[in-house]
Amino acid sequence: MFPALLFYTFSFTIIASALMVIFSKQPINSVLFLIFSFINASGLFLLAGAEFLALIIVIVYVGAVAVLFLFVIMMLDFNPETIKEETKKYLPVGLMVGSILFLEIILMMYSPEIFSEEFKIIGRIVETDLTNTEILGGLIYTEYFLQFQMAGFILLVAMIGAIVLTLRHRDYVRRQNIHDQVSRNPNTSIELVDIELKTRK
Amino acid sequence: MIIELGHYLILASMLFTIGVIGVFLNRKNVIIILMSLELILLSISINLVAFSSFLNDPSGQIFSLFILTVAAGEAAIGLAILVVYFRNVGNIEVDQINKMSG
Repeated sequence: MFPALLFYTFSFTIIASALMVIFSKQPINSVLFLIFSFINASGLFLLAGAEFLALIIVIVYVGAVAVLFLFVIMMLDFNPETIKEETKKYLPVGLMVGSILFLEIILMMYSPEIFSEEFKIIGRIVETDLTNTEILGGLIYTEYFLQFQMAGFILLVAMIGAIVLTLRHRDYVRRQNIHDQVSRNPNTSIELVDIELKTRK
Repeated sequence: MIIELGHYLILASMLFTIGVIGVFLNRKNVIIILMSLELILLSISINLVAFSSFLNDPSGQIFSLFILTVAAGEAAIGLAILVVYFRNVGNIEVDQINKMSG
């Protein structure tokens, strides 16, 4: 009874804060509701028995992605009044597409072939007394090692891409040119000037 | 009252639908579109974790971890593009991005 109550509380809060994300006027409120939604999803993951993922989602989403969103919103300094969204104009289209999509997903979910018995034996039954983190580590470093490396590569590409996109050289800032500095020699950098000495009378 | 797999799937499909509606509604504000994409990815994550828990197979949680990686990269790249666009144009209205011809 108590887990069911927790499940309904978490899921109702997720849905409500997701609605607030897309309907709130100020983007900063949207980010805060997104954080709230992620925290509740982490509670839901705990309930489903995925403890490692629940804590990782708090660290990555709330600690990194949401802070990135907040940083960009504060840095861009746009006026929310100028982008007064025409929500009413797009509301019928959005609701139509959304309801069609939702009906399709629900119909697909309740087609009788999906929850048949032969579907349920796909999963490997793992009966161990290891913790969730140990199980995930054992799988990542053995069976999914190549995918793990690819995930690291994706993060590297994202980091380099973000740096290259946002880096800019200002003209009025003097920068160090290491090649010019190293390739100096006395012939090019020292200039001998004859100065006529003027004798004082 | 027992929570079954269907409860999780209905929650994830509702979250997915809310994300898609959010992409449609906020046509002017790119930041909220990016947040809607995060909601969609979160719903997929919930699906994977629910299947992983009910089929007793930890592979689903590993795929959810990879989704987390891709979501973090996507947010970083998307926000970097947004910053560059804001520097060049001065606003972040999506309607005018199609005028960037050539």
